[in-house]
Amino acid sequence: MTDATAPLPSSSHRAGSSSLMEYDAGTRRRNNAERRFRAYGLAAVAFGMFFLAVLAVSIIRSGTPAFTRTVVQVDFAMTQQQFDEAEKSLLKTKVYSGLFISALTAELQERGLDSTFDEAAIERLLGKVGGTIREYYKANPAKLGEPVSFSLATSSRVDGYLNGRVKRDTLQDSRFLMASDLDLVDRLEEAGIIHAEFNWPFLTGGDSGVDNPGGAGIGVSVVGSFFMMLVVLVLSLPIGVAASIYLEEFAPQNWFTDLIEINISNLAAVPSIVFGILGLAVFIQFMHLPQSAPLVGGLVLTLMTLPTIIISTRASLKSVPPSIRDAALGVGASKMQAVFHHVLPLAMPGILTGTIIGLAQALGETAPLLLIGMVGFVARGYPGGFLEGFVEPNSAMPAQIYTWAARADAAFYDKAWGGIIVLLLFLLTMNIVAIILRRRFERRW
Amino acid sequence: MPIFWLILIVLAIAVVGYILGRARAMRDAGGDIRKLHSLPSYYGANVALKAAVPAFLLMIVWLLVQPIYVTSAVSGLIPDGEGTSRAEHGLVMAEVRRTADGLKNAVAGGAMSETVARDPNADPDEVTQRLKDAGQIITSQITTPVLNAAQRYRDLNATGGLLMTAGVLILSVIGMLWGIRENRADFRARNVVERGVRALLIGAASIAILTTVGIVLSLVFNTIEFFRLYPAADFFFGLNWAPSFSGRGGSSELGVVPLLWGTFYISLVALLVAVPIGLFAAIYLSEYASPRMRAIAKPMLEVLAGIPTIVYGLFALLTVGPLLLSVFGKDGLGWMQAGTAVMTAGLVMGIMLIPFVSSLSDDIINAVPQAMRDGSYGLGATQSETIKQVVLPAALPGIVGAILLAASRAIGETMIVVLGAGAAARLSLNPFEAMTTVTAKIVSQLTGDADFASPEALVAFALGMTLFVLTLGLNVLALYIVRKYREQYE
Repeated sequence: MTDATAPLPSSSHRAGSSSLMEYDAGTRRRNNAERRFRAYGLAAVAFGMFFLAVLAVSIIRSGTPAFTRTVVQVDFAMTQQQFDEAEKSLLKTKVYSGLFISALTAELQERGLDSTFDEAAIERLLGKVGGTIREYYKANPAKLGEPVSFSLATSSRVDGYLNGRVKRDTLQDSRFLMASDLDLVDRLEEAGIIHAEFNWPFLTGGDSGVDNPGGAGIGVSVVGSFFMMLVVLVLSLPIGVAASIYLEEFAPQNWFTDLIEINISNLAAVPSIVFGILGLAVFIQFMHLPQSAPLVGGLVLTLMTLPTIIISTRASLKSVPPSIRDAALGVGASKMQAVFHHVLPLAMPGILTGTIIGLAQALGETAPLLLIGMVGFVARGYPGGFLEGFVEPNSAMPAQIYTWAARADAAFYDKAWGGIIVLLLFLLTMNIVAIILRRRFERRW
Repeated sequence: MPIFWLILIVLAIAVVGYILGRARAMRDAGGDIRKLHSLPSYYGANVALKAAVPAFLLMIVWLLVQPIYVTSAVSGLIPDGEGTSRAEHGLVMAEVRRTADGLKNAVAGGAMSETVARDPNADPDEVTQRLKDAGQIITSQITTPVLNAAQRYRDLNATGGLLMTAGVLILSVIGMLWGIRENRADFRARNVVERGVRALLIGAASIAILTTVGIVLSLVFNTIEFFRLYPAADFFFGLNWAPSFSGRGGSSELGVVPLLWGTFYISLVALLVAVPIGLFAAIYLSEYASPRMRAIAKPMLEVLAGIPTIVYGLFALLTVGPLLLSVFGKDGLGWMQAGTAVMTAGLVMGIMLIPFVSSLSDDIINAVPQAMRDGSYGLGATQSETIKQVVLPAALPGIVGAILLAASRAIGETMIVVLGAGAAARLSLNPFEAMTTVTAKIVSQLTGDADFASPEALVAFALGMTLFVLTLGLNVLALYIVRKYREQYE
C-alpha cells in the first residue's frame, strides 16, 4: 500500500487550451469535414437540378422554332383569260410562276422597294410556286378574276435564316440557297410581305420526304401513338389487373406462384430492346402481322408495360385493409365476390394511377419500335379509318423523332426538338392526371 | 379485318347467351329469385363464359398453328434446286409470301381477276408485270415454282381462315346452347362461374411466364441458326466487328468483343457520373435536407427518370456532343474527332441514371433504424461520421444492389447510344473516340437492308441473347446481394 498517486497526465494539461469554449485542432478538423461532406451532398442535389434545368432549357430553346413558320403573303389575281392561256401553253407552271413573280415585283414596287430576282431564286425560297397556284385555281375555278391572298410557306433554310440558325457569313452558295436570296428575304421582310406565323401544319401534318424539312409534321405519328396506346390500354389493363388479383388474393404458396413472381420481377428489368426482338421474332417473323403497324407496336409495348402495371396494381390491392375482405366474407360473400365487389373498387384509383404511369412510359419508349419497322417508313398520311388505324403502317411519336434526328439535314433537328416538346406535353398531361387522380381519390386507412 | 369482326360476333353471341341464360334460369324458377341457387346474373355469366372463352381459345391456337402448317405445306412445293441452304430457303419463302400478298392485293384492287390469280399455268412473266403495274412490291422475276407456291399459300390461308371462322362460330354457339341447357334453378352457377373466372385469372398471370418463354425461344432459335452460319468461337472471341454490306455472308467479321468493350466503357462512364451524384444526393436528401426541400428536390430528381430515352438521345447528339467537341475537339484540346463519342453517351446516360441510384439508395438509407444513428451521436460522432461509419455500412448491400441495377439499365440502354455513341466498333481506351455498343448494333443490324436469314441480321439475336444473359445476371446478382447481406433489425 502506498500513498503515491498516479502522476497527473501531463499531456492533457497544456495551459489555456482545454477550454470547452474553444475548438481544438481535432474538433475543427472534424467540423470542417462535416461541412465539406454536407457541401458534397448539396452539390450533388444541385447538379441533378442543374442537369434538369439544362435539359429543359435546351429542349425549349431548340424546340420552339418548329412551331413557327415563315410565310410569304402575296395578293394575286388571275383572269379567266390568263388562266386559259396558261393552260394552253407547254410549260404551264412556268407561266403561273411568271405571273406570280410579276405580282410580287408589283407589290414590292408599290411599297417603294426595288428588287430584281429570277424564277430560280423564287424556287429556292418558296419551292414550286407555279404548281401550287395552278392546283389552287384548278380546284377553285370560281376564284378566277377575284384577288386572292396566297400564303406560301418558305423553305426551311429561309426559316433558319430568320431565326438565326443559318448565318449569312457562313452561308455557302448552293442550289438550296444563295447569298443573294437573303437580300431578297431582307427586302421582303422590310415590305412586310414575309412574316412568321404559328406552324399548324407541324401539329397536323405527316412526315415529308428527306428533302423537305419544312413540310414535316408530327400529327400522323400522334395518331399512330394513339392507336398504339389504345391497344396497350385495352390489353394491359384487364390482363394486368387479373394477374395481380390472382397473385395477391388467390394464389397459393407453391412453385407455380413463385415462378410467376420471379418472371414478373425479371421482366421488369429486361432491356426494352429485347422486347423489340421478341416482337420482331414472334409477331412479324412468326405470325406475319404487318410491319410498322400500331397493332404490333401496341402488343410489344403491352408485354413491356405489364410488369409495371402488375407491380403497381398489387401495391394498391395490398393497401386495402383485410377488414374489408373479412366484413364482406362475414356477410356471406364468396371470396370472388369480396374481391370484385369490395376490394377492387377501393383499389381502383391506385390501379388507374399505375396504369396511366405505365402508359406514359410506353408512350415514350422508342427502342422496340425501331425493330418492328417503325422507322424505315415515312408516315405521310392519316390512316383510312378506325380499323385501318391498327394495321396500316404508321409511325409513332418517339419513332418519328428518331427518324428526324437520324436524317442528315440539320433542318430536321428543329422538327425533332419540336416533336419532343409535343411528346413531353403528352407525358406531362398524363402524369398530372395520374397525380390528380391519386390526390383526389387516395384513401388513407 | 375479318378477325376483328369475328371477335365482335363472338362477343355478341356471348351477350345474347347472357340474356337467354338468365331468362331460362328465371323461367325454370318460375320467376321467383329465391328458388335459384345463385343470383340470376351468374346464370347469364355461365352462358357468356361458355360461349366466349373456348371460342377465343380456339381462335388463338388456330392463329398460332396455321402459319406453321401453311409454311411447312408450301415449302414442300419449292424444289431443292431453288433453295439449297436454309438461308436461301428462307429467302424463297419470303418471296412466296410477298407474291401471295401481291396477288391478294391485286385481286382486291381489281388489277387482276380471280381466275388469273388462281391459274397454276399462268405465265409468270405476265403475272410479274401485272403485279408491278398494280403497284405491288415484287423484288424479282417470279418463277413458276414460286408462283405455284404462292397460289397454294394463298389457297391454304383462305381455306384456313374460312375453317377458323366456321369453327370458332360453331364452338361459340355450342358453348352457348350447352350453358343454356345447364341453367336449371338448382344449377350451382356461381361456383361454376367462379371456377371459370379463377382459371382466367391464372391464365392472365401466366402471361408473364409466356413472355419470358417467348423471349428465350425467339432468342435461342435464331441464335442457334446464327451459329450454324457463323462459328461461335469467332463470335465470342473475334476482335473485329465488320459486317459486310452486301448481306450475303462470307466476308463479314462479327466479333462481339469490341461491342462488349464499348458497352462496358460507356456504362462505366455513366456509372462514374451517376453513382457519386446519386449517392450524395440520396445522403443529403435523407439525412440533411429539411422536409420542405426534400418534398421539392426528390420529385424533381425523379423527373429525370421519367423523361423518355429518345429525349436524352437527342440531347446527347445535338447539345452535349457539340459542347464537348468545342472543348476537346480540334479547336480545343484536339482529343475528339466528332460529337459522338463514349464520353457524350456516357455523360448523358449518367444523368439519366442519377434518379435510379438516388431513389433506391434513399429508400435503403431511410430503412436504417434511427436508434443506430442516435447511438453513434451519443458516442460523440458528428453527423458525417455517423453516416460514413454507421449508416452507409448498414445500407451497403442495398446500395450495391442499386448500383448493379443501374449498371444493368446502362448496359441495356439503347436510344442514347444509338444517337450519341457513334457507329464504329473499336477497341480503344480514349473516351473521346466513337465506339458502339451491343444495343446499338442490334438496332443497326435489324433495321438495315440485310435479309432476315443472313448472318448479318441473325447476329442481332446472338447479341440480344448476350444482352439478355448479361442483364439477367446483373439483376439476379443484385437480388442475391440484397437478400444475403441485408441487415435484419427486427
